[in-house]
Amino acid sequence: MEVEKLIIIGSGPAGYTAAVYAARAELSPLLFEGQPTGGQLMLTTEVENYPGFPMGIQGPELMDLFRKQAERFGTRMFAADVSAVDFSAMPFVVTSGGQTYRAEAVIVATGASAMWLGVPGEKEYQGRGVSACATCDGFFFKGKEIAVVGGGDSAMEEATFLTKFASKVTVIVRKDTLRASKIMQERATANPKISFIWNTDVKEVVGDGQRITGLTLWNNKTNEQSFFATEGLFLAIGHKPNTDLFKGQLDIDEKGYVRCQTGSTKTGVPGVFAAGDVADHVYRQAVTAAGTGCMAALDAERWLAHRA
Amino acid sequence: MSEIVLTTENFDREVLQSPVPVLVDFWATWCPPCKVMGPVVDALIEELQGARVGKLNVDDAPEIAQRYGILSIPTFITFKGGEPVKQASGAMAKENLLALIQPFIG
Repeated sequence: MEVEKLIIIGSGPAGYTAAVYAARAELSPLLFEGQPTGGQLMLTTEVENYPGFPMGIQGPELMDLFRKQAERFGTRMFAADVSAVDFSAMPFVVTSGGQTYRAEAVIVATGASAMWLGVPGEKEYQGRGVSACATCDGFFFKGKEIAVVGGGDSAMEEATFLTKFASKVTVIVRKDTLRASKIMQERATANPKISFIWNTDVKEVVGDGQRITGLTLWNNKTNEQSFFATEGLFLAIGHKPNTDLFKGQLDIDEKGYVRCQTGSTKTGVPGVFAAGDVADHVYRQAVTAAGTGCMAALDAERWLAHRA
Repeated sequence: MSEIVLTTENFDREVLQSPVPVLVDFWATWCPPCKVMGPVVDALIEELQGARVGKLNVDDAPEIAQRYGILSIPTFITFKGGEPVKQASGAMAKENLLALIQPFIG
């Protein structure tokens, strides 16, 4: 059976950038893009901080450009999920669509996904008032009173955006302060339609079987429980790395991120490299993901050359 | 099979009165995950036998979206015999999309 030089798993900025570098280095990489393809930027609208685009660019459009660039140098791409990996022996084994592929080196760039609260009623009312995408669903809450959970930049951005539709937006924050940047905080607190509930956790999503009607809230300072009537709940509580596939195969830290050697993309397994949000709980930017994608390709290239 | 572009006018005929199950994709141009799902839905249409797929732009047919209580897009609803029988929201893999309609075919 044929052994590939390099397999890349993931199709965000890290995966495609690794592919551009690896393909130009004639490693003829095989890229598993997953489904749907393109990573977190596919779920955003305007990206204003990716260098080289002074007027901003739409997230999906940017990812299309990344993909084209990877394709131009001969990356072979599969729009399929990887179902299993085996890094315990060489060559490494990657399984996708019931078929196995072998490679001398692997770059893990599976990124991160939006986090859910994990409380009763949340999954049941997903699409029935519970949403993780304000851009998509704000439209359906014209003139309604809704809630946003979270205290970071994305929560402030969602709350501010949702005031275009909703009559009132209540932000539910677990602590007594916001994690969001100054500019985002100011934008949200200055908005007359936005109010805040502090020191509060959502305990349950309540509905009538058809749609959400409210939330059970718990004040973590006073230990009081209360009912909060709302017609919509938007989640903006951060992201978690997509590392389930690698449990028992790679060194994963307590927050679920792949652990790499400092200043490198080398994981604990020689020949396996990690790039982008899957290994970065600090920066988590498209440009840093692209940067580490490049590092991973260079690290893989050196490692392969050294072995041969 | 080919896709059906659904409107307020043709929805009852193409979906509710369809002899085969119909998977309806509620979407809009301004919804990033709907765009992500575009090629996934098209790939499903290519291979689907014994059922059809309809695309309903919620901007063009808000009455229909409201009738089925759509609060999130993309939402996919399988209709059989004029009734919604299964639904899911958000971007997903083709296999999961197929699982929404497969049990109702035949």
